[in-house]
Amino acid sequence: MSYQPSATLDAETHDAISVDRSKGDFTFPERNKLDAGRGLTDKTVDYICDVKNDPPWLREFRHKALKVFLEKPLPTHWASKDLENINFDEIRYYLSDGEKPKRSWDDVPDDIKRTFDRLGIPQQERAFLAGVEAQYDSEAAYSNVKEELTKQGVIFVNSTEGLHQHEEVFRPWFGKVIPTSDNKFSALNSAVFSGGSFIYIPKGVKLKQPLQAYFRINSENFGQFERTLIIADEGAELMYMEGCTAPKFETATLHSAVVELVALKGAKIQYVTVQNWSSNVFNLVTKRGLAMEDAEVRWIDCNIGSRLTIKYPGVIMKGRRARGEVISIALANTGQHQDTGAKMIHAADETTSNIVSKSISVGKGRATYRGQVHIPKHLKGCKNNTECDALLINTNSRTDTYPAITVKGNRHSTQHEASVSQVSEDMLFYLMQRGLNQGQAMSLAVNGFINDLVREFPMEYSVELKRLIDLEMEGSVG
Amino acid sequence: MNSPVPVPAPTTSAALPAWFTTRQQAAWSRYLAIPTPKRGDEMWRFSNIKQLDFTGFSRSTGVPPVREDGPTSLSPHETTGILPVVPDRQDAYPPADLIARSSGLEDTAAKLIFVNETLVHSQSSLPAGVLCLSLAEALVSHSALVEAHFMKQETRLGSAKFAALHEASVANGMFVHVPDDVEIAHPIEIHHWLAGSNTVIFPHTLVVTGRHAKVRVVEMFRSAGDLQPGLAITFNDLAAGPGSRLDYVAIQAFNEVSRVIQINETSAARDATTTGFVLNTGAAWARNESLSRLEGPGARSDMLSVSIAAHAQEYDQRTFQHHVSPGAFSDLLYKNLLYDFAGTIFSGLISVDEGAHHTDAYQTCRNLLMSDTCEANSMPGLEINADQVKCSHGSTSSQISEEEIFYLRARGIDSAAARQLIARGFSIEVLARLGDEPLESLVIGFMDAKFASIAKANN
Repeated sequence: MSYQPSATLDAETHDAISVDRSKGDFTFPERNKLDAGRGLTDKTVDYICDVKNDPPWLREFRHKALKVFLEKPLPTHWASKDLENINFDEIRYYLSDGEKPKRSWDDVPDDIKRTFDRLGIPQQERAFLAGVEAQYDSEAAYSNVKEELTKQGVIFVNSTEGLHQHEEVFRPWFGKVIPTSDNKFSALNSAVFSGGSFIYIPKGVKLKQPLQAYFRINSENFGQFERTLIIADEGAELMYMEGCTAPKFETATLHSAVVELVALKGAKIQYVTVQNWSSNVFNLVTKRGLAMEDAEVRWIDCNIGSRLTIKYPGVIMKGRRARGEVISIALANTGQHQDTGAKMIHAADETTSNIVSKSISVGKGRATYRGQVHIPKHLKGCKNNTECDALLINTNSRTDTYPAITVKGNRHSTQHEASVSQVSEDMLFYLMQRGLNQGQAMSLAVNGFINDLVREFPMEYSVELKRLIDLEMEGSVG
Repeated sequence: MNSPVPVPAPTTSAALPAWFTTRQQAAWSRYLAIPTPKRGDEMWRFSNIKQLDFTGFSRSTGVPPVREDGPTSLSPHETTGILPVVPDRQDAYPPADLIARSSGLEDTAAKLIFVNETLVHSQSSLPAGVLCLSLAEALVSHSALVEAHFMKQETRLGSAKFAALHEASVANGMFVHVPDDVEIAHPIEIHHWLAGSNTVIFPHTLVVTGRHAKVRVVEMFRSAGDLQPGLAITFNDLAAGPGSRLDYVAIQAFNEVSRVIQINETSAARDATTTGFVLNTGAAWARNESLSRLEGPGARSDMLSVSIAAHAQEYDQRTFQHHVSPGAFSDLLYKNLLYDFAGTIFSGLISVDEGAHHTDAYQTCRNLLMSDTCEANSMPGLEINADQVKCSHGSTSSQISEEEIFYLRARGIDSAAARQLIARGFSIEVLARLGDEPLESLVIGFMDAKFASIAKANN
């Protein structure tokens, strides 16, 4: 599923992004019945439809999406040229469960194991994260959650199950927040998606516990082309978490998910992502929420891993007084480009949005903020606040900011601020004078920089995040 | 639509230096080769591409001969032969009238007036050694000096095609060269008049300062009449030598049926200080591209602009603060006032090259929305490839708050006057950065004329 990165990469970048593939090598059993093969054609799509037993409307939807995908050019006129290194013909677009790569714990690279140790990940989770086990066995923890959810009428299944068993809820919103033709990668996802979650929260139900993807059993949680649809009915509230701070040892090089959120009148959705793919992964994700009257959609997003991430979570505020928020942390180390940001589309009066983005560039890493705020004509009283701060650790680190703000009409207010700075010599000196070494001093300063955002994450995530930043900072100075 | 301006390749004269004719020919092929900007080009995001259709515009064939009773004049075309002297469309606007209308500052070091690229008036009291003459003359008399500075930078803000067209077509403009250690106390004032229907002009201003020299150049761009559509593709090339101070002020007050592409390129050497200020009150559509390149430590560039857009005017401004050298400073402040159906675009980028450490760069764009139907687009950007930098940008869009209006009304000022007062105060903050009162009054004069026309249209 991997391919040789282009020879255009210099040796240093290559070293930084490559993982020890010899340890993780695996083979696919040659069983044509379950293998969609490499590359993407109409046959691949038909194959996926057959295996997943898709209804005819979905088959048509996938074929249309494939056409759009093939027609659309790569967005390299503004995005990173690195996208040209993706060889779409070398990728396997669908693997059924029977073909999941099998790997033993001994095959997992040492550095990944060390990271698990440092983060304090339980043994059982480690096996799952390393790809040794196909899924995380959390039956005990889950059954309690499941019972309570069922009692409240919550639907929490994978997307395939969602579209088969709950078509009446699933279909009206599926592909409505993010149309197939939104961008090349949303079209790709629409053509070949499998896995991901479908969640429906009935009217007035407020979930006290966050839902997590890995609570779900027998699911293709971290699929390559997952598709998630969350619908919160009137007055409902939920928090959903995906990913985890631990590095996910991944051999697939392209990850392209689509996540659609629908918050009906007065509903609240918080979507927490922590992305730490291994540094050979292209992570090209489209995420968007629709907020109706008085509803709120919050994206809390943290990108640490991957080779190139392109992700701009968005909120369309369609009802009066709707609210959108994106809180984003990005950490780009050598060989990585975190191209993240936010899109806020105001489509009703008195809607408010807030974007807070902090990025850290370490070594030769590059962090980019790209944002769009759109307030069209004939609306009144819309507000947007955007803040993006970047921290540069080393002399060859790089950061960019490209916001675009359109305000039409009156009684709106928008403000955008961005700053770029580095950890000051004085601060490091002060800390080192008190007995910390340079690395510790640097991590403390960096943790301080993102502290107010880390607090937005659930407790266990924020603890792990801090440890992870310590880890990334090691050896970055001196 | 590969060549939106259907002008024939400019004919060049034997009187011009060979390097110049070669550059013009090369620029013409470049102009033909570069595709016209289209929707989806990042450099033209939000722009109204339709405005780039320049079909129907042509060069003026000259100016009427200056009357006997007119003020002193120079006729460069007689010496260079660039333009034939054939009176035509400007008949309604004899140069003498335009010269009379060219009011500006009280104290000037030099005053030059151009009508459709022809110098019709020139007076100066400049210190010896300072060159201040039309580009057409300078090309002949100081060819090597012009060649050393003429259009040296790459146009990188989207208008490469139009910069090439300008280079291929330029026939006249200004050349100012201030030698080492010469300081000019009063500004050099230049007036450009665009006369006649569907006329296109390509004025070029090249200002070069030597070591520790000081100069301030003020240019005013106006139309002779209110109803004739014109097109100006102007270029100003500013090169500030080490330790020098170069201030440039452009006042764009064409009539509201004309279009403008104004490209500015500034370079600041070690310890040089440059200030660029643009006021936009005129034109139906104006595109300003402003690039400051900080080439030495201690260099400083202030980029300032006030735009007052009303009716259906569109102002499209792109800026680039390019920090090539470490230890330089740049600060940008652009303010837009939007009335009626007006639209503005601000796209700014601070780019810090690898190794340009200890950079201080700031960028602020503020939009004040004065109607329900205007549209402000802001794209403030940063690209940082160095460490130990202090960079920030900020952009705001808002309307006047009811409290502010209430405060002024409580003091007996009616709401229309109150709004105008606040709008004026909002813009004057930028002018104050020029630190020159007579110049501020001149700019305020143009602003007030615009406010008056807005008030008149709304009553």
